[in-house]
Amino acid sequence: MTETTVDTAPLKRQKRNRVLLQLSCIAISLFMLIPIYLISLAALSTRESLNRFPLSLLPTSFSFETLAAFLGSTGVFGALGNSLIVGVGTLLLSAVIGVPAGYALARFAFPGKEPYQLFLLFTRALPIVVLSVPLARLFLTVDIYDTTYGVILLHTALALPTTILISASVFLGVPQDVEEAARVFGCSPLGAFMRVVMPMALPGIAAASIFTFVMSWNEVLGASILTLDHRTLPAQVLTSLADSPLAYRFAGGFALVIPSIIFIALMRRYLTNMWGSTIR
Amino acid sequence: MTVQAPAAPTKATVRAPRRRVPAAVWLIGPSVIFMILLLGWPVVEGVLQAFQDENGFTLDFVTRMVQDPYFWPAVRNTLLLIVVMIPIQFAFAIGMALLLRANPRLHKVHFFVWAIPLALSDLAAGLVWLSIFNDRGYLNSVLAWLGLEGSSWLAYDNQTTMFICVLIAELWRATSLVLVIVVAGLQGIPKDYDEAAQVFGATFWQRLRHVTLPLLKPSLQVALILRTILAFQTFAVAQALTGQNFPLVVGETYRWYTGLQNPNVAAALALVILVVSMLTSIFYLRALREKNQGGTR
Repeated sequence: MTETTVDTAPLKRQKRNRVLLQLSCIAISLFMLIPIYLISLAALSTRESLNRFPLSLLPTSFSFETLAAFLGSTGVFGALGNSLIVGVGTLLLSAVIGVPAGYALARFAFPGKEPYQLFLLFTRALPIVVLSVPLARLFLTVDIYDTTYGVILLHTALALPTTILISASVFLGVPQDVEEAARVFGCSPLGAFMRVVMPMALPGIAAASIFTFVMSWNEVLGASILTLDHRTLPAQVLTSLADSPLAYRFAGGFALVIPSIIFIALMRRYLTNMWGSTIR
Repeated sequence: MTVQAPAAPTKATVRAPRRRVPAAVWLIGPSVIFMILLLGWPVVEGVLQAFQDENGFTLDFVTRMVQDPYFWPAVRNTLLLIVVMIPIQFAFAIGMALLLRANPRLHKVHFFVWAIPLALSDLAAGLVWLSIFNDRGYLNSVLAWLGLEGSSWLAYDNQTTMFICVLIAELWRATSLVLVIVVAGLQGIPKDYDEAAQVFGATFWQRLRHVTLPLLKPSLQVALILRTILAFQTFAVAQALTGQNFPLVVGETYRWYTGLQNPNVAAALALVILVVSMLTSIFYLRALREKNQGGTR
């Protein structure tokens, strides 16, 4: 009869708390996943089954018909290509300009460092719409309106402050000693950078690049203001929203959702670094 | 593409770093030039566009903007969305981060799932929820299966449900940004503080209120500023869910620019966003700094 004298209430409470914890985590995960399941379901069912009323919640009529119709409609395929071009272009341009600046921020003390960092913070607060409208006029005068170059320039301007800050924090994580050791053994500064620092910084820089690509892939407003015929995918979907059937919109939504899941899967180790701590 | 040119001297000067300062300037230089050309200049140009016509200074565009029947509803909706959304979002994000810190089973999977919306545009989120909220969508289907009558959630005369739909879509999409910042912030706080408070008998809420939240303040400040500025720019969600029925300020900018072909009024609207975002950032910085001086540390 010794069991009765032991107070099991705290243990029970702890057990109940663990169960509650698991349950609430599962509930939140379901809230996040169910919409993605449903848009996939909508995009991957036949057009005819989308017209029935109580829609089936299980994949009963699986087909690529809706998605194929979306990809085949005018402009979508080109827009997909443009999105890729703009994304990769933005990634390269912001890396070429941003990574050296990040390196300088991490390694050197230079006059104007403080104002420069403040300036970077300020530019993060600049809404896209403020830039897009004047840039459209500017690009018209220099003849790059409605080209992927114009959109690349805008997206690079948006991504650059973040790229600089992230790559600065990546380079801070590479100990200066190894760079000095490379110099001692006869590397030029550039050689030390390319052979020693860069390989160590590369994973972080790659994650930063994916971040840039995601930003460009998702940007809607600027891309639709700066282009007419050479739209990126989100801009194309946005401008054809009003006069397109529901099936088209669902397929469009699906086409925009899938890459983002892949991006997050690719950089799940860097999530808190990219969007979290270094963001300030 | 003239802006790319200054990148070339970068490498050349790294090779001869006899003086360190010039090397840094060469590394920083291209980014400064690029940002002045593509961030600084457009802002100046935007102000000119909003306040200037062929005859010089004018308030015509601002007047037209304010007199547009969609303007005040758009301002009201934008502010309402922010005021309702931000507190809910932060409560959710902090709660989710604390759940993760309690180390549930599969916490890595959960974190991955909760982070997926990070890489989603608001347009995509709008389309995703459109499949649920439209008249013949999944929500009404579920209600029909349950034998209940559905409703036109996104109809023009249902302003309240329309607002709730936009709110849910935005909560679903953008909470993960706050979550990731809070998680990163929590990682920087040693668990010892919390455990110490626990040893002294503090309840969960006391620990949250007096230990965790004060230590999280820098992260929360960043998240608050970033999230509010981004929230002011929300528009594609509403566009995808409701078309023009739920006007937001940025959506109006888009409409004036593409639909009504009037870049000047569009620029004026953009300036409204700029001014309001700046004021909010300053407000947050002030408010949170004053409390710091009040003696939390």
